[in-house]
Amino acid sequence: MSGTLGTTGLQLNEPLLWEKGGKGRCGFSIPRRDVDLFPIEEGLVGAVPDFPELSEVDVVRHYTRLSQWNYGVDSGMYPLGSCTMKYNPKIGEKYANLAGFAGAHPLIDPRLAYGALKLMYDLERFLAEITGMDATSLQPAAGAQGELTGIMLIHAYLEGKGIQRSKIIVPDTAHGTNPASTALCGYRPILVKSNEDGILSPEAVAGLMDEDVAGIMVTNPNTLGLFEEDIEKISEIVHAKGGQVYCDGANMNAVMGIVQMGKIGVDVMHLNLHKTFSAPHGGGGPGSGPVCVRKHLEPFLPVPRVIEKDGSYTLSYNYPQSIGRVHSFYGNFGVMIKAYSYILSMGPENLKKASELAVLNANYIKESLRGVFELPYDRPCMHECVFGDKKQRSYKISTLDIAKRLIDYGFHPPTIYFPLVVQGAIMIEPTETESKETLDEFIEACKSIAKEAEENPGLVLESPTRSKLRRLDEVMAARKPCLSD
Amino acid sequence: MRYLPHTEEDISTMLKVVGVDSLEELFSTIPEDYRKRGPLNLPDPLTEWELDLHMASLADSMAAMPEYRVFVGAGSYEHFIPSSVSSLLGRSEFVTSYTPYQPEISQGTLQGIFEFQTLICRLLGMEVANASMYDGASALAEALLMAVRITKKRKVALSVLIHPHYREVVKTYLKPTGCGVVELGYLENGKTDFSALDGMSELAAIAVQSPNFFGCIEDLATVHERALDHKAMFVTSFTEAIAYGLVKSPGSCGADIVCGEGQSLGIPQSLGGPSLGIFATKMEQVRSMPGRLVGKTVDKTGERGFVLTLGTREQHIRREKATSNICTNQGLCALGAAMYMASLGKNGIRELARLNYDKAEYLKGQLRKAGFRIRFDSPTFNEFAVEPPGSFEPAYNKLLEEKIVAGLPLAPYFPELTNHYLMCVTETKTKEDIDTLVGRITS
Repeated sequence: MSGTLGTTGLQLNEPLLWEKGGKGRCGFSIPRRDVDLFPIEEGLVGAVPDFPELSEVDVVRHYTRLSQWNYGVDSGMYPLGSCTMKYNPKIGEKYANLAGFAGAHPLIDPRLAYGALKLMYDLERFLAEITGMDATSLQPAAGAQGELTGIMLIHAYLEGKGIQRSKIIVPDTAHGTNPASTALCGYRPILVKSNEDGILSPEAVAGLMDEDVAGIMVTNPNTLGLFEEDIEKISEIVHAKGGQVYCDGANMNAVMGIVQMGKIGVDVMHLNLHKTFSAPHGGGGPGSGPVCVRKHLEPFLPVPRVIEKDGSYTLSYNYPQSIGRVHSFYGNFGVMIKAYSYILSMGPENLKKASELAVLNANYIKESLRGVFELPYDRPCMHECVFGDKKQRSYKISTLDIAKRLIDYGFHPPTIYFPLVVQGAIMIEPTETESKETLDEFIEACKSIAKEAEENPGLVLESPTRSKLRRLDEVMAARKPCLSD
Repeated sequence: MRYLPHTEEDISTMLKVVGVDSLEELFSTIPEDYRKRGPLNLPDPLTEWELDLHMASLADSMAAMPEYRVFVGAGSYEHFIPSSVSSLLGRSEFVTSYTPYQPEISQGTLQGIFEFQTLICRLLGMEVANASMYDGASALAEALLMAVRITKKRKVALSVLIHPHYREVVKTYLKPTGCGVVELGYLENGKTDFSALDGMSELAAIAVQSPNFFGCIEDLATVHERALDHKAMFVTSFTEAIAYGLVKSPGSCGADIVCGEGQSLGIPQSLGGPSLGIFATKMEQVRSMPGRLVGKTVDKTGERGFVLTLGTREQHIRREKATSNICTNQGLCALGAAMYMASLGKNGIRELARLNYDKAEYLKGQLRKAGFRIRFDSPTFNEFAVEPPGSFEPAYNKLLEEKIVAGLPLAPYFPELTNHYLMCVTETKTKEDIDTLVGRITS
């Protein structure tokens, strides 16, 4: 192949749904009316919703064109840091769409839901094994809901001991969801700074830990892609004052089969099935954010829980200390199917291999781009590496410009401006499913952009030029919000 | 393993570049004694073909259409989903992308969500809808938290005819915040009894569900008046979105926040998830609302385009001061719902809703003739509560063997309603299915 991966091609314009169509069209096979019209009270009836009038072909063309304006993992490398955009196996989609699963009513008698309940029961145990914890709840619908559930478990556990506390320690490298989840649970997040190595120091935690602190939330590996080496010591400090240790497992993809968090002081953690366990991200969701706990927190897990007796499965509400429900039913079952089938496809050795290769890929990028971009924390990284834009700023090129230029080269940009502790952060998470050739192309693209920044900054500032649209006016969008038509 | 592309040669070349001798050495920053010794205790890997058989055996053990006739709704509804919708929603550009942080290469998702927001506004009669919440239950919990933030009052009143699971989730969410929850009972006609509100003060919100858990259509205009009297926000939930193809929209009845479950809009039931939390409000409250929003703008050449906007409400910017902790939502389900609404259109939605209504009325009439008591005489949409003549349990279990699920027993949710069942009929049930059900019950 000659030239860069990114190119231009014929893209079709497509108006909004209601800007097309024709009066009287309908794209739906309306089921046969085999019963009479029954009377309905006049006062109950509302106006017909002002939906567009489209044929099936209109709808199909509309969404096919829209889809072609999108970039997905199936299009190319999507190194969005902390999002683990790995390949999403096609079998996962197929299994989630099996009639018995897709058509399952959530309130069906458990005797008629054997397969689903068994799947959930087994998946809970797989995840407990991978994390080294004792029990799992699959109910949280996404990572942030898993965090909230985990903090609620800590709250309920302490309350059960008659302890009221008001603060949770959260590192400065944490995802925004961490402080937001603690606040939603009524706690005040206390910021702890990471040290010059980019990780937490036991001393800093000890300095903040007191008997009004309910616990600490540690993302491990953290958002700088670094392993929190002192997690066990930190756990001891927190436990000594009666606190609990929460691990944000968003970055678990680095350490499957390598570290079991339950064995190094963590009391509760969440996983993201749409990251580590290969379920797709769906343009924003759905995800699934199971929570794994140590024994002492198990009584507080959300209900209902799947229980097994003599080879059959049922749902139990008999957990008087439970925090209650967090989901309308049992969580995002369709996403669980994908994670379950992924684990069974991989097996224990390949899961470990996946983590090893994810870490290899990130370190390979880090070493290959050393000297091209600023490397603020020069240490062996885990599944992602974080650069800054210091070198390029002298040419008035920012991280945003670099990201936009990567689009022209055919790559989805990394996560940018996060974590906040790095100025102009460029957070690259390649994942294990990218081949060396793809990484090399990405590295070459980054090097070219760095060169362009010096020699032809206009090219970078003008980018992207090969996408459907050029840079968008986000200020106007926020100043005069137009959120529906 | 087919998902892992590295050859042995790749690995050794890359290790050299990194400057380590083995994959294990990559983890040198992890203290030795933290490391897992030995393999994880998980099943050995299956080939694609072995896994196909295993998954099929699990799925085949489930009771689902078309083998089973399930007359149960109660928060999850069986509706036909056009193949066009399933096929379009399976396009990998939608499935394998993430939150559209880079709008230049995410216009498909962004325009799709803008259209979703618009269609939801039109369905519910509201001014602004977000890009989705997890589900109906968490949407309600977040709506009440939003009302608490806006009114600065710390008590909410909930109708007991809101789906019992939603009320449980509300309690879970509100408990650590210390906000009070008051439950409003129900009247003999199957609608909420507001008399407990008399003399009550400091209410942040009054929340109902319509159609409610018994399928009865609540008098939302009355709830609006009650909310005005208490200077409380009028929050209304729903589990069956198709109802708004027929009955008055909550927005036209004065609702401040409308939240509910959009599963009926083309999302498979899938044991209750993933589904679609819907959240809509008035523009004056937009800066207090949770969740992502897509807005219209232009690119630097003046072309129309869409971006995520008003992010200053959200956790990635506002952290602990955010309006919610939500990040990942149910984006793909929202897109699917938009495809479904676009396919139905204004011509389809009314007829489909009317079919649901009429088929349920037909079953109601047939059961009445068979001696069942229709428990509440208020108008219902596509489900309703019945009391069979005499104990129904033996017949219910016998029907299960014949692959018919004859409604949902209500006693676990409302202990006073022993021997009462909640029956649901959607467009997926033919007259013949209904006649068979009634015939088996009476035989």
